[in-house]
Formats: sequence, C-alpha cells, structure tokens
Amino acid sequence: MIFRSEASRGYTLSAPATAYVGFLVAAPLVILIAYSFWTQTYVTLDKTPTLKNYSDAFADPLVRHLMLRSIWIAGAVTVVTVALAYPIAYFIAMKARKKTIWLLLITIPFWSSYLLRVFAWKLILGFNGVMNSALMMLGLIDEPLDFLLYNEFAVVLTLAHAWAPFAILPIYVSLQKIDPSLLEAATDLGNSPLQRFMRVTLPLTIPGIIAACLIIFIPTVGDYVTPALVGGSDGKMIANLIQVQFGAANNWPLGATLSLIAMLSVGFVAIVFVITATQIGRRIR
Amino acid sequence: MKRPSTLTAYAFLYLVFLYLPVLFLPLFSFNSGTIVAFPIKGWTLDWYRKLGEQDTLIQALWNSLGVGTVVALLSTAMGLFAARAFVRYRFRGQRAAEGLVMLPLVIPGIIVASSMLVLFLFLSLKPSLLTVVLGHTFLALPFSVSILKSAFDDFDGSLEEASYDLGVGVFETFRRVTLPVVSPGIVASMLVTFTVSFDEFVLAFFLSGNQPTLPVYIWSQIRFPAKLPNVLALGSILLLTSVLLLVLAEYFRRRSSASEVQ
Repeated sequence: MIFRSEASRGYTLSAPATAYVGFLVAAPLVILIAYSFWTQTYVTLDKTPTLKNYSDAFADPLVRHLMLRSIWIAGAVTVVTVALAYPIAYFIAMKARKKTIWLLLITIPFWSSYLLRVFAWKLILGFNGVMNSALMMLGLIDEPLDFLLYNEFAVVLTLAHAWAPFAILPIYVSLQKIDPSLLEAATDLGNSPLQRFMRVTLPLTIPGIIAACLIIFIPTVGDYVTPALVGGSDGKMIANLIQVQFGAANNWPLGATLSLIAMLSVGFVAIVFVITATQIGRRIR
Repeated sequence: MKRPSTLTAYAFLYLVFLYLPVLFLPLFSFNSGTIVAFPIKGWTLDWYRKLGEQDTLIQALWNSLGVGTVVALLSTAMGLFAARAFVRYRFRGQRAAEGLVMLPLVIPGIIVASSMLVLFLFLSLKPSLLTVVLGHTFLALPFSVSILKSAFDDFDGSLEEASYDLGVGVFETFRRVTLPVVSPGIVASMLVTFTVSFDEFVLAFFLSGNQPTLPVYIWSQIRFPAKLPNVLALGSILLLTSVLLLVLAEYFRRRSSASEVQ
C-alpha cells in the first residue's frame, strides 16, 4: 500500500480540488481587501492605506440606493420563485407518477444558456416585442403596454423563471423525506387535508425552503445580466455599478470595495434570514 | 378515471411558463422579418446560412469549444479524485472539505468575476482564454464532484477488495475495476462541466480579454438591433446543443446508477 491510512488517502485524493477552490476563494479575497484600502487616480494606483473608498461608498446615495434595491429585488425574486415552485415540488413528490420524467422536464430549460434565457425575456417583454404584438394581433389591446420591460417587474419575472429548478429541487428533496406514516397519523387524528399540510407537511419542509431561499437569494443580489438586459434604469443593481468600476470607470479600488460591501451585506441578510426562519420553524412545530 | 386536479393543471401551466419563453428564440430565428414580433412575416433559413460567413463568430465558437474541453477535463479529473475521497474514505475535516468544494455554486457571479480578475492581474496573468479556463474550472468543479460522488455511491467497494485480495495493485485495480464501473459518471461529468463552461457569461466577460467566448460574442451583438436575427439563429443552435448534451449526460448518469443493480 502506498498510503498508510485511510485518512491520509482521503486528504491526498481530495487535495487538488479543495486546494484549487480554497486558493481561488481565499487569494482573490485577500487581494480584494488590499485593493479596497488603496486608491486610484486615472492610471496611477496609490498603495497608501486609506479608508477613503469605504467613506466614499457609504456617503454615495447611489451606492446605498443600488445596494438596498439589489437586496429588495433579490428578496422579491426569492419569495416569488419559492411560492411558485412549492406547489410543483409538492406535485412531483406527492402526486406525480413519473417523478424522474418530471424532474428532468423541470431541469432541462435550466441547462440552456442563462444569457439566452434572459435575452428571450427581453424580446418577449419589449415595447414592440412578442407579448405586445401577440396581444394586439388578438385584439386584446389597442396599443403596446409600456410597463412590461425595463423595470423591477421585468427583473423579478425573468429571475423567477431562471431560478425555478433551484427552488423546486431542495423543496422536493425535503418533501421526499417525509415519513408517510406521519401524514396518515394526522389524518387518523381527524385533521383536514389543509390542517395536515399546515401542521405536518409545511413545518417538515422548512429546511428545504431555507435552502431554496439561500440558493436563490445569494446569487441574485450579485446578478449582472438580468438587470443589464431587462432592468432599464429603474432596475439596475449593485453588480452593474461594480462592473462599471472594473470597466469604463477604471476605478478598481472602489470596485473592490463595492464587491466586499455587497458580499458582507448578502452574508448579513442571509444569516439574519436563517436565524429567523429556523425560529419560525420551531414555533410552528 | 380520476378528474385531473388543480394541482396537475398548475404543474402543466408551470411547464408552459418554463418552456415557452425559450422556444420563442427558435421560432423567430426562422422569421424573414428583422423585428421580433407577431405576425411572422415569412419563413426563411437565411439567418442560419449567414452564420457560417462570420469569421469573428467562428473564432468565438472555437474559443468556447477549446475552453469547454479543457475545463471538462480539468474539473472532471479533480472531481474524480475528490469524489472518491469523499465517498470511500472518512477523514477529519471531510465535511468542511465537501462544503468548500461546493462554495463556487453560491458566491454571486460578479464577486467571483471581479475578484478573479484582480487576482490574475496581480499574478501577471493577462485576461485571455487561459484565465477563462481557470475561472470556469472553479465554477464547474461542484458539478463534477456531485455527479461523481453519486457514481461512487453506487459503486460496490467489495469489488476493489476482491481485486486487492487477488494481488492486484492500487493503480491497476483503479484502472481495471473502479474506472470501468464509474466511467458513465465520468462521461456525464465531462458533458455537464463542458456545458457549464460553454454557457457561462459573466466570468468570461471579465476574464476573456480580447479573446471572446461565444456568450461574450453574443453579448456584443445583442446591443445592435440589426444583428438580432443573427443572434436568434446562433442562440437557437446553442440551445439545442446544450439540451442534447445534457440529455446525453443524463443518459450516462442513469447508466452509472443502473450498473449497480445488475
């Protein structure tokens, strides 16, 4: 035997993957933090440590506005996506006969390019787009609706579509784990189907709901493509501002600062959410 | 026969919501008019024909294919070892290691992209296809690890024991016993990680420099209304390719779980 113990074999075999991910998480973070204390004027990078980027970022109403809006939109997307997805997860876990086919059907669209799916929504919701032209052809409206594209509604709708499988799968897994005898017991004890759902099924799926919420909320706060394509000026989010700092504005220290602020805000909201949701889950039970 | 419930009806409506938006791309890619709206003017294949004449597109396609292939190989190789370690051995810090490998799934894209750009320039790596490969491998790793973990889950460890008992060495056992059994999982992992890389936009947008991948090329075209039919035709081909690759991957994944039963 080449390796002495089980543990050392485990370490050796998993080392390339963990070292790779670990390095690419930790190293950029360190450099990002360093950058956030530096300043840049045009092309010269000044490495004197300063808190100027942070004070600038906190003083700028645009930054605060975009950060709050990103969190608000991500929250709305999370609620809408999970609410739409729960019945589907329930249907697949409890009612559907061909579960694997349904799961496959749900995940296939997710594998098409994210960029193209968002682009499709832009075409559908546009002023002279698919939806308006179809409604006009059917004679349902006389002139195009102008509230479809370039606002928060378009961003929420597009992302609720994009994240669907991420919400369905964790909830499905937690529904799948429910012991059927618990449901039978609830019925035997005289619970109506609704009572049974509220008292047994829903509380038992709270871990799945929490997982779904986190999987959707965290990446959505930092989403770039959707606000850029369908958000218009009313739907811009923090990621768009970060991209500008690394692109046209060429102010990497400020971009790094904004990235860190975004990361910390997401983490903070996520932790508060998990604690609250767990508390609520306990109380229902 | 039982009356279909409201829940079933909802499920079918939901499927329409999932599929319809995506299907508009191929529908309008055959439209001879350049405006994406009803009514459809006429049917044509011109937009598809014109795709082959565009050199920058072809170059971007080759870039994406190359990046995707290397990413599939790298992430599947690392994922193979890691998945085996996670399933077969128990070691301290194992759960932390498994969690770490899944981390790329939950970090917002813009933060991964901006922080990697900063890192690579710090290391004097100019944005190029190489940096895209490094970034995409990071993103693809959780997918390959979880696919290969389920492949190893289904693998009966006593087969390896038997091989050792018969005096076959570690590497020879891996090649002759383990590898054939988990190979459908490996194929599935390569297909999925290739697709992850092939479709990825934000990281490539930050890290590709002047060597655009296909999604970055599409992004540059989306802004020009005149290029719209072009993007539709190209997008439709990409949609079809991704779906075919994934159905193929699913087939191999199923085969890897089925082999346990036999």
